[in-house]
Amino acid sequence: MTAQPLVRLDKPEVGDAFLSVRDLRVHFPTADGLVKGVDGLSFDVRRGEILGIVGESGSGKSVTSQAILGLHKGSQARITGEIWLDGTELVGATEEQMRSLRGDKMSMIFQDPLSAMHPFYRVGAQISEAYLVHNKVSKAVAKKRSIEMLDRVGIPNPDKRFNDYPHQFSGGMRQRAMIAMSLVCDPKLLIADEPTTALDVTVQAQILDLMKDLQKEFNSAIILITHDLGVVAETCDHVVVMYGGQCVETGSVNDLFYEPEMPYSWGLLTSMPRMDRTRQDRLQPIPGQPPSLIQVPKGCVFNPRCRFTDHVPGRRCFTERPELLPTSGGSPGHALRCHIEPDERRRLWATDIQPTL
Amino acid sequence: MIRYVIRRSIGGLLVLVVTSFVTFFIFQVGPKIANVSPALFYVGKIPPTEAGQKLIEHRFGFDLPLWKQYFNWAGGIIFGRDLGDDTGAVVHCDKPCLGYSFRQQLPVSSMIWRALPIELSLAIGAAILWLIGGLTIGSISALKRGSLFDRAAMTMALAAVSLPIFFTGPILLLVFKYKLAWLPNTNYAPLTKDPAQWLKSMILPWMALAFIFAALYARLTRANMLETMSEDYVRTARAKGLGRGTVVIKHGLRAALTPIVTIFGLDLGQLVGSAVITESVFNLQGLGLISIRAINSQDLPVILGVTIVASFAVVLANILVDIGYAFIDPRVSYS
Repeated sequence: MTAQPLVRLDKPEVGDAFLSVRDLRVHFPTADGLVKGVDGLSFDVRRGEILGIVGESGSGKSVTSQAILGLHKGSQARITGEIWLDGTELVGATEEQMRSLRGDKMSMIFQDPLSAMHPFYRVGAQISEAYLVHNKVSKAVAKKRSIEMLDRVGIPNPDKRFNDYPHQFSGGMRQRAMIAMSLVCDPKLLIADEPTTALDVTVQAQILDLMKDLQKEFNSAIILITHDLGVVAETCDHVVVMYGGQCVETGSVNDLFYEPEMPYSWGLLTSMPRMDRTRQDRLQPIPGQPPSLIQVPKGCVFNPRCRFTDHVPGRRCFTERPELLPTSGGSPGHALRCHIEPDERRRLWATDIQPTL
Repeated sequence: MIRYVIRRSIGGLLVLVVTSFVTFFIFQVGPKIANVSPALFYVGKIPPTEAGQKLIEHRFGFDLPLWKQYFNWAGGIIFGRDLGDDTGAVVHCDKPCLGYSFRQQLPVSSMIWRALPIELSLAIGAAILWLIGGLTIGSISALKRGSLFDRAAMTMALAAVSLPIFFTGPILLLVFKYKLAWLPNTNYAPLTKDPAQWLKSMILPWMALAFIFAALYARLTRANMLETMSEDYVRTARAKGLGRGTVVIKHGLRAALTPIVTIFGLDLGQLVGSAVITESVFNLQGLGLISIRAINSQDLPVILGVTIVASFAVVLANILVDIGYAFIDPRVSYS
């Protein structure tokens, strides 16, 4: 095999990528055993790029994002690997270093905007608070800035709404306020953890458009964590497909939607409803359950649910963990973990999977 | 909001009326069953002559129908009343008149009036101590869950809840008053007259009372803090880059405080008139001690009076807690 592993453990060249995650492992010791929330994850995000991280619940998406923000510090979690943000290594950074980066250089939008905002404080005060921690300015300046941000994310009468409590906001407005809060310090990296999951579809589209606009305006890097492939197709430049705490396939949006080569990615696509499909076609769910992160399956993590293990000679799928390798002859950056031969994968996709979509 | 306060006040008043009604009649039922005149409770051990008993009955109105007696008593609270036997000696009882104790030869209201500052000093002082102690220990325990501090504090708390005041009180007295002799004179003096002596007389009872409550509040705070510190909004606060202190106090403790304030108000209200053991151990002439003496000597008007004052404190605390909620939690509104 001539292909080189994508995983590099040396320090990436500065300017190469804004955020580089290398062989990240987040393990939680529990009474039942070691939970391997993330197990050897690597990816890069450049300025002005949107990276989508997709996967089922429990595949390690949120754990990854919280590791980048250093929110596991002070907990029982064991984190190894490297996270480089603009030349600074974050895994080994102290809590105080992380604190000064959080909310300023990188910030996060959380999934449920109702529980993510403090119910006892005014929306405006919560946004101002984020600005005041990182900027030595007066409260009046912070208030002006917060109202400006509320206006920017499309909240009507921002100077009046500044004084509202979160429960006086609708779901979509709360999420806009959350976005305003995370963008108030002009972060260079924005992590959005399922930002539209709790919202209805029309509001979802508005929020995504808003994020794209803001990203163009500030040229920031965005990591969009979602299990909604429609959102990914619409917004992202690159995608990481996560399964069982690992990246099982990564590439550009086009690679993932038009030339996916990993059976799990196929499963995601066949289980996605489509407007252009006739209603009689049934969606095909991926059989089985996501793997236990305590007893991760031997070999390929996806093997208990994979329909294609007999396309691999011997029992390699069950004994040997596939490396994340660039696909031969594919577009650059397209890499995946699978033992099936590349030609065979493409044949299966073209004959078995694609026609059913 | 104002309409809510008025509505709650009317409700509270109704509760007080019912309480007084029930208490009043309970004390009438006893002598009725025993078939003795309530007048006998007032004259001491020497049995009066037939005529003398009649005179006393007339003087206190025991010869009137029950409902009339109740209205005389209740009217006394609002207007004051005169207790006379048509022969000369008229005892005037100023409003609010809660009756007249003939054991003590005093109007009940003035007895309560004298006991109230002691009672409030005890309750409020102890409350401040246990609130500070409980919240601090509980918060630290929650933040350092499973640590040596946490385990030691929670074991202490369990011990404190289990130890009764009639055990901890005398030990405090033994150590600080007699062995170390730091507080040789613990006689009560009013705060307005002699603040230093007031503090000396109160510090030990506060400690004894606060010890038990602080333990309860520490456990409560710990449980609430564990819950709020794992809330999404606390994660948001951290993600904003706020310092640890701000995250813990402004975002975590602030939210954990809400249910504690509720219980605190009720506890404080209930404490008025029920700190009997603390008062007896430290010989403080508070409401509890008055009522215990009254029960022992079957001094009915005093028991009735203390009951009314204590239930007033509970009702008031309830209303204040509910109104306070609107200020603590912006999601609550009474419009």
